[in-house]
Amino acid sequence: MSELVIHDLHVSIEGKPILNGVNLIVPQGEVHAIMGPNGTGKSTLAYTLIGHPSYQVTGGEVTFNGQNLLDKKADERSRLGVFLAFQYPVSIPGVTVANFLRTALNSRRKSANPEDKGISIPEFRKLLIEKMDYLRMDHAFAGRYLNEGFSGGEKKRAEILQMAVLRPQIAILDETDSGLDIDALRIVSEGVNALRGPDMGVLLITHYQRILNYVKPDYVHVMIDGKIVESGGPDLALHLEEHGYEWVREKYEATAA
Amino acid sequence: MAETPKIVTRVRRREPEVKEFRFTGDMIPPSGSAKVKEYRERAWQAYSSLTIPDTKMEAWRRTDLTSLEPASFKLPEAQAYLDLPPVDESLLQPLTDDPHGGQIVLFPGGAQAHLDPGLDSQGVVYTDLVTAEKEHPALFERLLGKVVRPDEGKFGALAAALGQNGVFLYVPAGVQVAQPLQSILWGPGVGLAHFSHLLIWLEEGASATYIHESASPTEIGGQTLHSGIVEIYVGENANLKFVELQSWGEHVWNFTHERARVDRGGTFDWIFGAMGSHLTKNFSDLDLAGPGSTGRMSGFYFSEGTQHLDHDTQQNHLAPSTTSDLLFKGALVGHSRSVWQGMIYVAPDALKTDGYQANRNLVLSKNARADSIPGLEILADDVRCTHGATVGKIDEEQVFYLKSRGIPEGEAKRLIVEGFFDPIMQRIPFEGVRQRFQQAIHEKMASLLV
Repeated sequence: MSELVIHDLHVSIEGKPILNGVNLIVPQGEVHAIMGPNGTGKSTLAYTLIGHPSYQVTGGEVTFNGQNLLDKKADERSRLGVFLAFQYPVSIPGVTVANFLRTALNSRRKSANPEDKGISIPEFRKLLIEKMDYLRMDHAFAGRYLNEGFSGGEKKRAEILQMAVLRPQIAILDETDSGLDIDALRIVSEGVNALRGPDMGVLLITHYQRILNYVKPDYVHVMIDGKIVESGGPDLALHLEEHGYEWVREKYEATAA
Repeated sequence: MAETPKIVTRVRRREPEVKEFRFTGDMIPPSGSAKVKEYRERAWQAYSSLTIPDTKMEAWRRTDLTSLEPASFKLPEAQAYLDLPPVDESLLQPLTDDPHGGQIVLFPGGAQAHLDPGLDSQGVVYTDLVTAEKEHPALFERLLGKVVRPDEGKFGALAAALGQNGVFLYVPAGVQVAQPLQSILWGPGVGLAHFSHLLIWLEEGASATYIHESASPTEIGGQTLHSGIVEIYVGENANLKFVELQSWGEHVWNFTHERARVDRGGTFDWIFGAMGSHLTKNFSDLDLAGPGSTGRMSGFYFSEGTQHLDHDTQQNHLAPSTTSDLLFKGALVGHSRSVWQGMIYVAPDALKTDGYQANRNLVLSKNARADSIPGLEILADDVRCTHGATVGKIDEEQVFYLKSRGIPEGEAKRLIVEGFFDPIMQRIPFEGVRQRFQQAIHEKMASLLV
């Protein structure tokens, strides 16, 4: 069974500390939500886990299936089964969704077996259409340039489509609910629910409780000042929705003092 | 008293050595036609009176010929190709889905031509220049030099005076050449001068698709010269699609003077692909001479190593209601350099003109450099002319995004570069040509991955 283990993680951006000792374990098959006010380091955690070069790890460790994740490049992490659904995915003009996803799939296959010739075009087309139907996406989507001119909802759906095709073991969803109307949120959530299961762990980063009505978490954590300061079951999210984050901050500051 | 002799030493101030070619007037090919003779003599006079261009001349400001060794070039002997590397077989494959309607292979000192007999019977002439002059003397002398004058610059004049290698394509009024025509200029060897001349003439209502490729293997040590003239006439309501691929070896100094004149209601689709040569200076002019004529120029270039590719384009709107659309895209690696210099000119009476030009460059190595110089000269009112020029680097956030999906860095960059060129690929209707470019992208990017 795969497991993401974050131990005492410290991360800085341009010398400024953002994460100050994060501890978290996400086993395969569980959905963990990380909530917290803006600017407390939630997205920094997401980017650090996938290996963005702007984030410097200054202490602690992260292992995935017992392997050190931090000394691996982003593409290696992805091929190990780590996936990040970006909050703001960039567009790649001239590269179609289909071409991109086929290249991504083939990179996995080639890394597992250098002799691999790659997925055949008909086989890939079948797979892509199946996943698009599942997410109720127009087939024309496959021929569009990646994220180019996509609406907010289309970008998020494209991220979930990538997740469906690449089938990670751990998916980190960074504010996937932001900027979505209720219908888009439902479709995206259904996609996540369909993919979650014994084979995939989910780390769901969100500012609002809203998405948790659709994607039921097993655990909820609250991040403040670059640390997880409170953990609990699904009830914690509801409590936060009602009472805000202030009480957590007060409790945390009282403990710290 | 003995006088102390006064020793005067004089240092002769040496003028910088003016380098010259070693060609002589007796190398001008003989001709039975007085007009052809006059054309070549005019060219020779122009060539003799001009010096090799230097960077003090505006058009050559960014392209330095100091290390050209003009004295090292000689003309290939007749049948020289027998002793030189044979033409790369892969170049002879059709680049289009259809089989070609005709193929010409130009060798140093010889040529092979083939034309579908059906086209022959319709009056289409598609043959090498020497045969054209012999078998179609009246037509040939009437059309030669009508679009590109024999005295347009040192290199053009040289090609006009000495050029024997070339293609003559003539499509009579109303004839539609459905199958694409293909020609290959094969210029192997070191220390040789290859001169070429393409003369393409479509009469009223004619249409054709033509693909020309210049190529040679790369030779180590020494230089080879190519100078070419491309002259094109697209008659009233005629329609021409012309693709030219430049795959010269990296020891070749390549100079071309090209112009297309498009008459009333004519349509011209001009596609350039430049992958080879040590240095290229290409002058390409689109003259929209008749009302309602349309021209599109699409360029792809990718330089590596110490290559220097300079494309100088001119979109001349000489009549009302003419439309031009230029898109040149280039990528650079290594220490290479590219120059694109473009001008849209609108003549005083060319009302309701629509002109567009864009040049986009992707600089992939810190030592590569792209210069992009757009220009507009508009002498008419009621026109629409826009242009854009960009020089940029690969966006690291894009690379990271692709890597986060498991795509290794080199592959990620290649995907982004292919995407960058996609708008040009979309303009090329031939899978074979697109594949040639994709292959060039692969090969040129390999140097980035080590």
